[in-house]
Amino acid sequence: MSADVTTDEPAMVTAALGAAVRPRRLGWWYIAEHQLRQMRSYGWTVVMTGIGNPLIYMLGIGLGLAAFLTVPVASGPDGPVDYLWFVAPALLVTAAVSVTTEEFTYTVMGGFRWRRIFWAMNASPVSPHQICTGLIVAVTLRMVFVSTAYYALMVAFGAVGDVATGALLVPVGVLAGLAFGLPLLAFSASLTEDTGQFAMVQRFVFTPLFLFSGTFYPLATLPGWLQWIGWVSPIWHGSEVGRTLSYGAGSDSWPIGAHLAVLVVLAAVGWVIARRIFVGRLR
Amino acid sequence: MSQPVISARGLTKRFGDFTAVAGIDFEVPPGESFGLLGPNGAGKSTTMRMIGAVSQRTAGDLRVVGLDPDTHGPEIRSQLGVVPQEDNLDAELRVRENLIVYGRYFGIPRSVCATRADELLSFAQLEDKAKAKVDDLSGGMKRRLTIARALINEPRILMLDEPTTGLDPQARHVLWDRLFRLKERGTTLVLTTHYMDEAEQLCDRLIVVDKGQIMAEGSPAALIRQYSTREVVELRFGSDRNASAAEQLAGLAERLEVLPDRVLLYTDDGERLLERVAHAGLHPTTSLVRRSSLEDVFLRLTGRSLIE
Repeated sequence: MSADVTTDEPAMVTAALGAAVRPRRLGWWYIAEHQLRQMRSYGWTVVMTGIGNPLIYMLGIGLGLAAFLTVPVASGPDGPVDYLWFVAPALLVTAAVSVTTEEFTYTVMGGFRWRRIFWAMNASPVSPHQICTGLIVAVTLRMVFVSTAYYALMVAFGAVGDVATGALLVPVGVLAGLAFGLPLLAFSASLTEDTGQFAMVQRFVFTPLFLFSGTFYPLATLPGWLQWIGWVSPIWHGSEVGRTLSYGAGSDSWPIGAHLAVLVVLAAVGWVIARRIFVGRLR
Repeated sequence: MSQPVISARGLTKRFGDFTAVAGIDFEVPPGESFGLLGPNGAGKSTTMRMIGAVSQRTAGDLRVVGLDPDTHGPEIRSQLGVVPQEDNLDAELRVRENLIVYGRYFGIPRSVCATRADELLSFAQLEDKAKAKVDDLSGGMKRRLTIARALINEPRILMLDEPTTGLDPQARHVLWDRLFRLKERGTTLVLTTHYMDEAEQLCDRLIVVDKGQIMAEGSPAALIRQYSTREVVELRFGSDRNASAAEQLAGLAERLEVLPDRVLLYTDDGERLLERVAHAGLHPTTSLVRRSSLEDVFLRLTGRSLIE
């Protein structure tokens, strides 16, 4: 690191080299700390949506819709399963994904343009790629909280087949969240102005994905020309993995590894592009 | 002699065909209060961003705290406090929290950040605002908080980009007082401004920048001595008569500048010149004798006013 510092290092050089060791290693975590502290200012919303949403869905579907349905929608190795078992993994995944529609849109525009907080971070020893990573880490932690709360309520409502393997729904939900969220982060970071794009994402990307990703009925129920929405949707891939983990559902025609691979590729590509955009804008 | 904390040789920044900084040379020794004076678009902020290791130079050599920003960005930034032109405080956090989270970016332990935050709130005269929301602060308070935030890492160099733009006169004076105290403690200050009074108040030495180039360099007093006279007489004849009056005034002063709203006459004795104007039969609607300022230096060097 100090290879091109040739002179007998004066005290100020030594001080600078020493002071940057921690930020070079942990800068991403300092950013995450900041973001988490920021979330505390709307902590009540985070908790209420984290617990309130699943509660409403569980009650509404478990007590209402499920009681009304007489035809079995899905089945596991031992035959047909409760409708609530089928729908709950998809709702958990959707909850994790919906966190990113908030945190990877307005928060990003705020950081670059409205409050310009990313520029303040940028003037410190923290580097642009660490700002990007720190933001992702903080949002991931919020998704872990949301998914865990959702899973706890699923267990409480008896909406899980196997409670042990079903617990893996938490990381699957987070992975699906990142698969949707990181490409969205890249898109948001590329915008210099909000002229309603985020509302469009909510209405014309998130909502259709939620409705056409085999969330409330198997994807195969849809006409062929609509099924592609599910194939590109992190919500479908995450839900299918979740159903397999919960009650051993045969995962349509896709093996579980393929679902996971799609999620990992989407997240990885999104991350690489988002990082590049952050560095490009801040340097 | 101690090694300069900043040294630039042929420092250049180009954006496509546009040259924002055109090969400038300067050095800043430790403890100096160094200013970049020039109009908007002169290349001051671009220079600051290169010193701040957030923008790569196109050509030339630059060393900040003895290191090259291209290879040691985080190391250099760990030694800087940066006060940007536009406040970028976190409005979602309280006043004190803003200082603490910022201190963490430098890897400073939380307990040390908390102690320093309290000291800095006192320095910035914001103790009673510690738990306030940022949006509830006045413009001057926000600036002081931004300066406090920039000091959380006890920086070797404090960089201020147009620190008092947009503040009322009283808030400016409070801010200058705080910056004076930092200067007395030996903090190196680097600031850009297009206010000549600010440059005169705060800078030991400055460079006058225009169109990316250095027009002059020296202490405010030396620059005024070198490029202007001791006093200036400002005469107003009405906007349609200034130019014709100027023709009659030619020869009365060492130098004369005609601005749209007034005529400036450069002389070492303003009162005497005013008498000679009266003898010549000219009767301005208003007249004013004042000391020369950096504004006059800039006008002399570039033929333009600083604030346009």
